[in-house]
Amino acid sequence: MIRQDFNRIDSKRRNVVDHRKKQFADPSYKEAQYPHRLNFYATPPTADITLEQFEQWAIDRLRILAELEACSFRNKTPAETATHIKPLLDNSSSTQLFAQRQKDHYSHFILRLAFAATEDLRRRFSRVETMLFRLRLGADDMRERAAFVQSLNIDWEPVTDEERRELATELAAVSSFAYGGKKTLQAQEDESWCKVDWERVPDLVETRRVFLRAGKAYVPAREQQSMVITEFSARLERALELTARALPRLDEDDRLTPILNHLSKTFIVPDATFGGNNTAIDGAEITARNMDNLSQHFPMCAMNLHKSLKRDAHLKHFGRLQYTLFLKGIGLSLEECLVFWRQSFNRITDDTFNKEYRYGVRYSYGDVGGDSNRRGGGGSPYSCQKVMTMPPGPHGCPYGHFSMDNLAALLQSAGVNDRGVLQGVKEDKEHKKFHMACNRVFEHIHKNELKRAIDEGIMTEAQLETIVHPNEYFKRSYLLKNMGKMQQQQQQQQGGGGDVKMGE
Amino acid sequence: MADAGSFIHVDTPAADAKAGAEAEGDTDSYVHVDTPASDAVQVKAEADTETEDQVIKNTKGPEIKLEDLFEGMDSDDEFPSSPVSPKRESFGSFPSSPSENGVSHKASDPELMRSFYQRLFPWRYLFQWLNHSPTPTNDFGHREFAFTLQNDAYLRYQSFPTSDLLRKDVLRLMPSRFEIGPVYSANPRDRKTLRNSTAFRPLAKELCFDIDLTDYDDIRTCCDKTTICIKCWQFITMAIKVVDAALRDDFGFKYIMWVYSGRRGAHAWVCDKKARAMDDQKRKAIAGYLEVVRGGEKSGKKVNIRRPLHPHISRSLDALKTHFQEDVLEVQDPWRSSEQAEKLLQLLPDAQLVESLRKKWDSSPGRSSVSKWADIDTVAKTGASQKLDSRALLDAKQDIVLEYTYPRLDIEVSKKLNHLLKSPFVVHPGTGRVCVPIDTRSLGDFDPLGVPTVQSLIKEIDAWQESEEDTEKHVQDWEKTSLKPYIEQFRSFVIALMRDEREVKVKQERDEDEIGSTDF
Ligand SMILES: [Zn+2]
Repeated sequence: MIRQDFNRIDSKRRNVVDHRKKQFADPSYKEAQYPHRLNFYATPPTADITLEQFEQWAIDRLRILAELEACSFRNKTPAETATHIKPLLDNSSSTQLFAQRQKDHYSHFILRLAFAATEDLRRRFSRVETMLFRLRLGADDMRERAAFVQSLNIDWEPVTDEERRELATELAAVSSFAYGGKKTLQAQEDESWCKVDWERVPDLVETRRVFLRAGKAYVPAREQQSMVITEFSARLERALELTARALPRLDEDDRLTPILNHLSKTFIVPDATFGGNNTAIDGAEITARNMDNLSQHFPMCAMNLHKSLKRDAHLKHFGRLQYTLFLKGIGLSLEECLVFWRQSFNRITDDTFNKEYRYGVRYSYGDVGGDSNRRGGGGSPYSCQKVMTMPPGPHGCPYGHFSMDNLAALLQSAGVNDRGVLQGVKEDKEHKKFHMACNRVFEHIHKNELKRAIDEGIMTEAQLETIVHPNEYFKRSYLLKNMGKMQQQQQQQQGGGGDVKMGE
Repeated sequence: MADAGSFIHVDTPAADAKAGAEAEGDTDSYVHVDTPASDAVQVKAEADTETEDQVIKNTKGPEIKLEDLFEGMDSDDEFPSSPVSPKRESFGSFPSSPSENGVSHKASDPELMRSFYQRLFPWRYLFQWLNHSPTPTNDFGHREFAFTLQNDAYLRYQSFPTSDLLRKDVLRLMPSRFEIGPVYSANPRDRKTLRNSTAFRPLAKELCFDIDLTDYDDIRTCCDKTTICIKCWQFITMAIKVVDAALRDDFGFKYIMWVYSGRRGAHAWVCDKKARAMDDQKRKAIAGYLEVVRGGEKSGKKVNIRRPLHPHISRSLDALKTHFQEDVLEVQDPWRSSEQAEKLLQLLPDAQLVESLRKKWDSSPGRSSVSKWADIDTVAKTGASQKLDSRALLDAKQDIVLEYTYPRLDIEVSKKLNHLLKSPFVVHPGTGRVCVPIDTRSLGDFDPLGVPTVQSLIKEIDAWQESEEDTEKHVQDWEKTSLKPYIEQFRSFVIALMRDEREVKVKQERDEDEIGSTDF
């Protein structure tokens, strides 16, 4: 069935373009081959997959795309983004290559269906897909990349070895300043070149980063990447418009429509960053009573909410929403949460509390609010991205919303007095790298614990990646500050287990 | 005023004689032509150029028959011939040569101008050049022309269905010059009746370049401002060589016409179909690629380029080396005085080396630039500086060669699709010289001061004697004058361009038939 859906789109497309693009006019039903990890997604998939695969593959891809979007939102550098995303991508033994590439292929096309409907979704989708493509292209080694580029049949001519020898001097001149003159001779010889009409790369021409002869630009491999990416993005945008035109046909299958609708809604508020239920920390006392104590592990956004609440015995709507979801995320139960809010709002009557505020807390836990809210568990704790886009107030991200003076005061009240750190935060803030500032503060506050955790192999580098979610901040902070306790617990558990065995 | 000599001395003996007899009683009557008003006109006007020398390069094999190309075109009286027919006289009765009546012979003399545009201007070839086909198309019909009138009024968005209508308007309005703009998506005259702004937008224009000697005032010593001589013209020669090579070898353009701007510069018109269709981003890319010398007179170091040198720059440097030695160091001698030499010293990298050179040159005042340039290496070799970076010194010397020889382009002209440029073959109102194409095959022989003037040309028509072989065919007026080689060069260029364009068109149509549908 699903195969037919793709075919329908394909046949629609054929009407429009088949005189131009032969590959669309000639859909092959034979099993797709995936010689490269990278894919330009020129051909829709044709094999059958199950409905469960359809949904799961799409969700998995969406999670990666949402992460990528979050990285770009937080102004992560390409290197930071790559590090952040790497664990999420399949990196695989060769036996799984086919399965992974097939999943990549299908999930891309499923999401095309989900995100083709509006111009805004199309633009976002093609932007994040292009980011993913760029990331993978950059990760490929030179040989893989060259093979992939060649397979694209973009009208680039590879420069033959003979021509390369003939133009060795000219190409070397162009190549070495592309690398700041620091490139080794060997690297220059290994560089692969292609020829395109110079009009395709006007920016490279303007800055003399290519060699020109007879209207052809000789583009070194390094610059080819940007051309491939431009081409990828241009083709995807065209394809999405065609998909949009084909969408009405898809309504005929009422099993797919709800899935696709859900996918596109999820994308509007990406929330996949922090798992809802498994966040509770073993052995931690997460109760209303202990909240003042726990607040030492809060990131500045939650800490500021906590302080405001203590000071004013009140928080406005957005603040309540943000804080309640955060508390849910650290593992505070609904009952304890209601106790916490009731105790904090200590200038109002029970009656007022029950009338005005109780429902909101329950709603955030999915305890009320109709089927959809209950099914969704009342909404996820806000990610950094979400926090940063909130309107300013006591809620939101202090690194982004506060003046430097107020931010410094907040940090000092949390015990951050180091001038170097404050200066670093100021610079991060000026460069709008608010999450970097937050991570900087985290590293400062936990520097002894971090050192120990790494030295003793308690936590791996992978577990200590950049924090992009307030609840992750809390969790990591709590674990680091309670490292000794946790190790003891672990040892006790192991010892206990042994006893049981022996007893048997 | 000292430079007036250069203008006077060029002309034909007759013109010289006339200069002395000028009614105004001004001895420097030619200089007097350069009134502030006409200067203002010129600044605008000098933005246009064409190159013709290409033409012949691109015309392979026997020249095709013009008649074949122009089939279906009604013959008009674009190329009149003496004696003037009765029909022509009804158009306006002018003496065949105003000079005979002893009236003023300033270049801007309206009667002289009228005779020129009526009898000598190559209207048909201009039409074919812009139309790319013998029969009128939108390439010509939607092309903007702009007129600068005698009273300095500036008329934009003029357009004409045929060359004859353009010619008639020029004769009616007698503009001091006219410019050529882009082909628009609609007729420029209708632009105000179009509802939305996107319906009227520029579609195509030749890629143009403008090189003007006033941009070289900080390095030429022989002349300045509006004056030129054959010595400083060499800067234009170098510029044409470098830009022409890049446009052909690097960008693959074939139809490049260089045109003398009428006074102190040259224009290039790159006419390949691909070039005409370029958007501003591509034009900007080419301009950026070619621009090496930046900054006006006041700024310091004008050349900042990466190492190793891009192949375009190494090639240019090779082509410019000899010019630097001969036309700059020997002829311009730009660092003779110690004040001038200070400019050179500021461009050198090593403080100790600079100090040694300054001492040496102070002790021999008036040492030539050739010697001073050689001194740099000599002194460097004697170990005047302990920590001399010889690589840096070589780079600095290359930069200096480029600063003193590399083309100085007015790149604004090149960057915009909708920039206007003075038409080829227009008469420069200040000098009376015709904006003739420059033959790049004999670039070194081009003498801007030897270019025909409107005054001399009209006399040449009258002085022409019919020979026996001429009686067998109809001899047009331009063929009787020294304008002949220039118009022939233009004609060959236009024919080659049209033929190429027609072949492309036929091929496109064939391809479209095969595909059976147009692109979506
Ligand atoms: Zn001069």
